[in-house]
Amino acid sequence: MIEARPDRRSTLGLLAGAAVSGVAGCGPRDDGRTRLSFWAMGNEATNVPQILPEFERLNPGITVNVQALPWTAAHSKLLTAYAGNSLPDLSQVGNTWVSEMAAIGAISPTPAFAADLLTDQFPAVLETNRIGGQVVGTPWYVDTRLIYYRSDMLERAGFAAVPQTWDGWKAAMHAVKRVAPSGAYAVLLPVNEFEQLLTFGLQGAEPLLRDRDTRGNFSSASFIAALEFYKSLFDEGLAPVASSTQISNVWTEFERGWFSFYFSGPWTIGEFKDRLKPETRWMTSGVPGPTGPGASAPGGSSLVVYRHSPHQEAAWKLVRFLSDPAVQARFNGITGNLPARESAWATPAVAGDPYIAAFKGQLSRAKAVPKVPEWERIVTEMQIVAERMVRGEYAPRAAAAEIDRRADRLLEKRRWMIEQGRAV
Amino acid sequence: MRGRTVKAIALNLAVAFIALLVLFPLAWMVSVSFMSTGEAAVFPPPLLPKTWTLDHYRDLFLTQGMGRYLWNSFALASMATGLALAFTVPAGYAFAKLTFKGRDRVFQLLVAALVVPAQIGTLPLFLMLKQMGLVNTYAGALVPWLASIFGLFLVRQYALSIPDEMLEAARIDGASEGQIFRRVVLPTLQPIIVTLALFVFLGSWNDFLWPLIILTDQSNYTLPVALAALSREHVQDIEMMMAGAVITVAPVLILFLALQRYYIRGMLAGSVKG
Amino acid sequence: MTAVPVIARPARRAGTRRSRERAAWGFVAPSLIAIGLFFAIPVFSALLLSLTDFDIYALADIGNVRFVGLQNYERLLGNPLFWTAMKNTGLFAVIGVPLSIITSLGAAVILNARVVKWRPLWRVMFFAPYVTTLVATAVLWNYLLHTRYGIINWAIQSLGLPAVDWLGQPSTSIPAILMFVVWKIFGYNMLIFLAVLQTVPDDLYEAARIDGAGPWKQFKHVTLPAIAPTLLLVSIISVAGFFQLFAEPYVMTQGGPAQSTVTVLYFMYEEGFKWWNLGSASAVAFVLFLCILAVTLVQLAVAKRMGAYE
Repeated sequence: MIEARPDRRSTLGLLAGAAVSGVAGCGPRDDGRTRLSFWAMGNEATNVPQILPEFERLNPGITVNVQALPWTAAHSKLLTAYAGNSLPDLSQVGNTWVSEMAAIGAISPTPAFAADLLTDQFPAVLETNRIGGQVVGTPWYVDTRLIYYRSDMLERAGFAAVPQTWDGWKAAMHAVKRVAPSGAYAVLLPVNEFEQLLTFGLQGAEPLLRDRDTRGNFSSASFIAALEFYKSLFDEGLAPVASSTQISNVWTEFERGWFSFYFSGPWTIGEFKDRLKPETRWMTSGVPGPTGPGASAPGGSSLVVYRHSPHQEAAWKLVRFLSDPAVQARFNGITGNLPARESAWATPAVAGDPYIAAFKGQLSRAKAVPKVPEWERIVTEMQIVAERMVRGEYAPRAAAAEIDRRADRLLEKRRWMIEQGRAV
Repeated sequence: MRGRTVKAIALNLAVAFIALLVLFPLAWMVSVSFMSTGEAAVFPPPLLPKTWTLDHYRDLFLTQGMGRYLWNSFALASMATGLALAFTVPAGYAFAKLTFKGRDRVFQLLVAALVVPAQIGTLPLFLMLKQMGLVNTYAGALVPWLASIFGLFLVRQYALSIPDEMLEAARIDGASEGQIFRRVVLPTLQPIIVTLALFVFLGSWNDFLWPLIILTDQSNYTLPVALAALSREHVQDIEMMMAGAVITVAPVLILFLALQRYYIRGMLAGSVKG
Repeated sequence: MTAVPVIARPARRAGTRRSRERAAWGFVAPSLIAIGLFFAIPVFSALLLSLTDFDIYALADIGNVRFVGLQNYERLLGNPLFWTAMKNTGLFAVIGVPLSIITSLGAAVILNARVVKWRPLWRVMFFAPYVTTLVATAVLWNYLLHTRYGIINWAIQSLGLPAVDWLGQPSTSIPAILMFVVWKIFGYNMLIFLAVLQTVPDDLYEAARIDGAGPWKQFKHVTLPAIAPTLLLVSIISVAGFFQLFAEPYVMTQGGPAQSTVTVLYFMYEEGFKWWNLGSASAVAFVLFLCILAVTLVQLAVAKRMGAYE
């Protein structure tokens, strides 16, 4: 039984004890070793401990403590940790979050002694990590979305490869739909995912935001063309009006021929290799553009060192180790992640995989999306409007105006910040 | 008479059936936690392990840091209990038995405050604790337990039954208010103190939203927060997740069963009359 | 910090009053200060916060906060996801409250029958899920509800019905979570009903029986009037509880599928701690509070009306 004898000393003692043990929970133990705390997510968190022993062997005196965050909770965990001054020394960060973490001043820019880590990188990916002229994140692995297609279906429809213009591609889709089982479609564009429309939108010559990224530029001729193309795929019966949650598993539907073109990133290679029957033939291809091979958004994760970390030097040592082309090639072998360093792509394991080849081309055509912290919300709104457009509520031009209206509202704070000289 | 027996059998069967529905999930959880990996992911679902194994418990403690989370949960729940008692018991007694200026008005305010869900203050409280440097500390996680209006009510309700003559007699003997509280009041309040301690301990152990927000570093996670994170990473490891659930649930369930008399009495006092 | 020691002096009428008052303040002060500091101030600050655009920029530099009046509320009303959250929360409450109360009441009435043996044992057993850790049992139910390997679908299929993708499709996700919630909480209200039922004198049932009333009539004319006030209290508490669902969607569905299980509190969590729009998240919290308050007042008013007619 708990003895309830409240007196001043015991209460204060309890409080003090609480505070002390709370601090002790995350404080360093003092034995001369540097303990780096490194937060990673999902698959990377599971597998990175396999390559760390070598780092610790090369750097005696540094111990790395990996903490795994689930992807779905990572974004909020990082920001809460920032608010609570409990960020780790370094972490993996999704490329799209870099601008946000930089806007709040959480990240250390790349120091001069690590500048060489920024060479041998895909330009568009590196660009994503450049905020206000400074590179703040070091690309760790890259990805981008391109097209997975059923090569057997395409052959039966009379095409040797995916045509690289929108018109040619659409003709191929119609041809595939004709040879596919009845009730089938040609392409899967889940109406709740923004990535597909964003990819089409990136093909245009005009940027998606204007006025120093403070206003939407979705009413530009090139984005309206993308909206028209996107809508036509649904209107012409080439894509089902379905959200991704309505498709329980993609691979069985892909195998069945319910659709023959599918947008996804490199993680799908492993999934398809495991799940699809060997007789189902498939391949990857670059994204078609309006008049030729098109662009797509660079994705992947970067490594960032946090400003408050007392172990800057040790943290950068770890970044250097993880950026080593040989280490990245090895990590590719374990996880299937595409290496950020271009020279790592020359290793046989990476170069010999036919499914990876298209990614190399696509990454070289990648185009950075606007680097504003509001971006993720803007594309979310974009897709909400696009879904309504597909369902017939808006014409493409009206949809573009609506997206602009919503983007402008989300960017209102940013405009004010810029006017006040509070943001870059 | 015959009809009576049929009715009796039917009612007892109904009760047994409900008991089956209620207890089955918990029993299944325990059973699956002893199965070997992948054994539960088949159709039809097996009810008992083919061979009993402790692998998942070992794995949780050795590689997933379950011991640390268990300790955090235990330490936080114990401290929350101690602090909540220290703050609410004297106040509950004073509201019931001592007169002071503004007592009734303050009490009415507190009654009115009961309708306000505590979650409303979550965001500013987080910012306040950030200013105080208490984010990601035990102290930050404990703070809401100090401000328990419910606990104050519970104690007040019970303390109302202390006879005034008893207190007066002690005063005439020359005891100070502090001495009266320690020697006369606390022993009388003992049952409700056990009840309140139990409420707070279980409440703190099971709490999720606040620790999720305030404890940012894995080494400070409590069991529910850790389990929620683990379950996102290891969805397919049914057996290991069930072992984690058993570790989380077992201590509170055992505590409840041991002290259920106090719990149920306090609960009924708090809601039927209050 | 609690009992401020009061120096013991032989009681003298004049001095005692003041010293007793001082002692009383010593007893209540720590608790009142804590309530003020960690409850009252945050709640009032939340109201203020909801009138500002406190966001991620402000977190980095407090100078980036602006007073925006009711703009957060205005935008909230124009946000479809907010309305989805309101609708889902409403659905949870509208289905969940009656369902859980009927279950509790049914179990209480059965347990209250004199012919039932080992009553204290069942009582504790039925109550046990209530004290279990929500997150742990939510994880457990995720597997019970599993489409392919779940026990529940196994039972359904044994009856010759098709398997249900409980947590995978928007039309069944709310019922699936409710099944879990009712399992977990029905014991609480059951205990309360049981306590009240035990205060109903047996003579009343006896009299009703002599008048020829069957079990249903007995329930309607004897049991129901006896528990009516408790029923009201329990439904108020339950509504408030169902309005605050958070861990269930967080653990079981993360708000999906197709945002069909995003509740108001889950929406607040995402708005506040995922996007760090603390201003607009505070506005969500206040709307939630107003809803709870409104429902409570309506229920009280209805009870008053009904009381007046009887």
